[in-house]
Amino acid sequence: MNSFKTHRGLIVTLDRSNVDTDQIIAKQFLKSIARTGFGEHLFFDWRHKPDGSVNPDFPLNQPRFKGASILVARNNFGCGSSREHAVWAVQQFGFQAVIAPWQDRPGGRVPGFADIFKNNCSKNSLLTLELSEAEVEEIFQMAGRYAGLEATVNLDEQRLTLHLPEEVSFHFDIDASVKERLVHGLDDIGLTLQKKAAILAFENKHDVQLKS
Amino acid sequence: MPMAKTIFEKIWDRHIVTTLSDGMTLLYIDRHLVHEVTSPQAFEGLRLSRRKVRRPDLTFATMDHNVPTDDRRNIQDPISKAQIEALAKNCREFGVRLYDLESAEQGIVHIIGPELGLTLPGTTIVCGDSHTSTHGAFGTFALGIGTSEVEHVLATQCLPQKKPKTFKVEFTGRPKPPVTAKDLILKLIGTLGTAGGTGFVFEYCGEATRSLSMEGRMTICNMSIEAGARAGMVAPDESTFRYVSSGSRPFAPTGQALDKAVAFWRTLPTDEGAPFDREISIDASKIAPQVTWGTNPGMVVDVTDRVPGPDKVPGYSRKDVEQALDYMGLKPGTKITDIKVDTVFIGSCTNARIEDLRAAAAIFKGRKVASGMRVLIVPGSQQVLKQAEAEGLDQIFKSSGAQWRQSGCSMCLAMNPDQLKSQERCASTSNRNFEGRQGKGGRTHLVSPEMAAAAAIAGHFVDLRSWK
Repeated sequence: MNSFKTHRGLIVTLDRSNVDTDQIIAKQFLKSIARTGFGEHLFFDWRHKPDGSVNPDFPLNQPRFKGASILVARNNFGCGSSREHAVWAVQQFGFQAVIAPWQDRPGGRVPGFADIFKNNCSKNSLLTLELSEAEVEEIFQMAGRYAGLEATVNLDEQRLTLHLPEEVSFHFDIDASVKERLVHGLDDIGLTLQKKAAILAFENKHDVQLKS
Repeated sequence: MPMAKTIFEKIWDRHIVTTLSDGMTLLYIDRHLVHEVTSPQAFEGLRLSRRKVRRPDLTFATMDHNVPTDDRRNIQDPISKAQIEALAKNCREFGVRLYDLESAEQGIVHIIGPELGLTLPGTTIVCGDSHTSTHGAFGTFALGIGTSEVEHVLATQCLPQKKPKTFKVEFTGRPKPPVTAKDLILKLIGTLGTAGGTGFVFEYCGEATRSLSMEGRMTICNMSIEAGARAGMVAPDESTFRYVSSGSRPFAPTGQALDKAVAFWRTLPTDEGAPFDREISIDASKIAPQVTWGTNPGMVVDVTDRVPGPDKVPGYSRKDVEQALDYMGLKPGTKITDIKVDTVFIGSCTNARIEDLRAAAAIFKGRKVASGMRVLIVPGSQQVLKQAEAEGLDQIFKSSGAQWRQSGCSMCLAMNPDQLKSQERCASTSNRNFEGRQGKGGRTHLVSPEMAAAAAIAGHFVDLRSWK
């Protein structure tokens, strides 16, 4: 697992909400038994027209976004299927961070990313970064206005900086556990295996309710 | 006096192995269900790091996503075949029990868990599949995980988790037939939105929830994820105990062990006055049959409604709605009952159990499907298939002009030959109407089995309540 501290890269905006993992990586690419080779299939049905040719309107196909490493989208990114292939595709395409807005709703704050997708990202050192709707809207506006807009993510300081003529910075929140894993590139399974004694002790007293 | 707890908290607490330094909890997993799509990279990870499956006795695998439903022994797609073969090889190598295509118990992973008695109240279940929430119908904490987490559970039988918040979903009143569990859950998703449950575990309760059969409860819990929830649960009751103790469920307790288990299960329901982080109450007696019109399950209306205009959908931007209508090929103002379909799919982990098939058969009986209509009826498991055939349901379907298939995920997700072609329009009992979900360019409307069957006959959606 790689570690992540700061990253500067080109921003690409995807003006879509509820981007589901079926869109991120379509079902025909889930049949691979390998963990690589997904990047080229990212957003396949949006990047191609029905006749199979490249869709020049789709942001990721536009020359000005070539080499982008920070993806900015709308709310509820990564909903749907638990397929981790979606995270592998985003990452293997070249993205280091995905940004989506949380929303203020009557019942409380609605997160910008779906749970399973966000978990899967944290296991692969792909940063999911949540900002307010107004802040994300500002990024959309600025990316539209300034071609080649770059940003720097500073994980330690939990700050995203847009490299505009006059720099703009946003603070972001992140779970301490996720940050720890990103910064140190921890091997989750290795860490759990260090708790072997606790697991054994638990198993000795716990009834799994399985008829043998 | 001990603090009043929800069922979720009771189950969570009894599965804490230890608390981790970063505030996460190491949670013990009682059952790990495995299928061919999300497991190969996990097994490969074990091999690379020379790790074993810690508890093969708690790990159960089946094949479902890639399986052809016509000629299942003859998988034409070489990549699908490789994935199926990889699972068989991995299960042999790591000593995991596998319900393969020759097994009389094979089926969709979330359908065979309860059938086999693997799904029991008070336990924790994970599977590399978002619809693992289905098992919550038994008062189980069941959640979908990614492949890295699959590897984690294979290696350690534990999962580091952040404790989710709790959300009480009360369905009051009684749904009026032909309104079903499917309509209740679609209504909830339409009300909360597809991210309204993110970070929460739902507990479904109220008179309507209680009145549902175990299969209906599974349908509701199944689609919890479509509202963003980590899991959905229903407290166990007499219906639960009856289901678990009936039929042949090789892994469920029997005799004295069952009595002991039931005594424990009775302690699980949420204590009076236990606090929830959020609550919602919906009057089920006022719910109409639901039909989705858009490209996510929250884009749903009553069958008596019309396709909404771009400014008329709360929770969605104008652009969201325009993109959805464009993809679906629908015009605002069209009556839902005027939408014609050319394909009907009755199946999936949401609605492919025996009661679903009985309900559909009652509508097909003595009727013919509309001209040119393709109708696939796909039982969720070999056991469901056998039961349906014993009851003669297959004959009813076939004489109506529908196709009766073998068990698998089928057209729910188009990883096998059952797919929509571009611009085909399907009334589907599955769980996701995402763009391309049932085949590139295919258009999906999510409905109950009864509504799907009626659309197959009429050629368009109908309001079952007034349909002849």
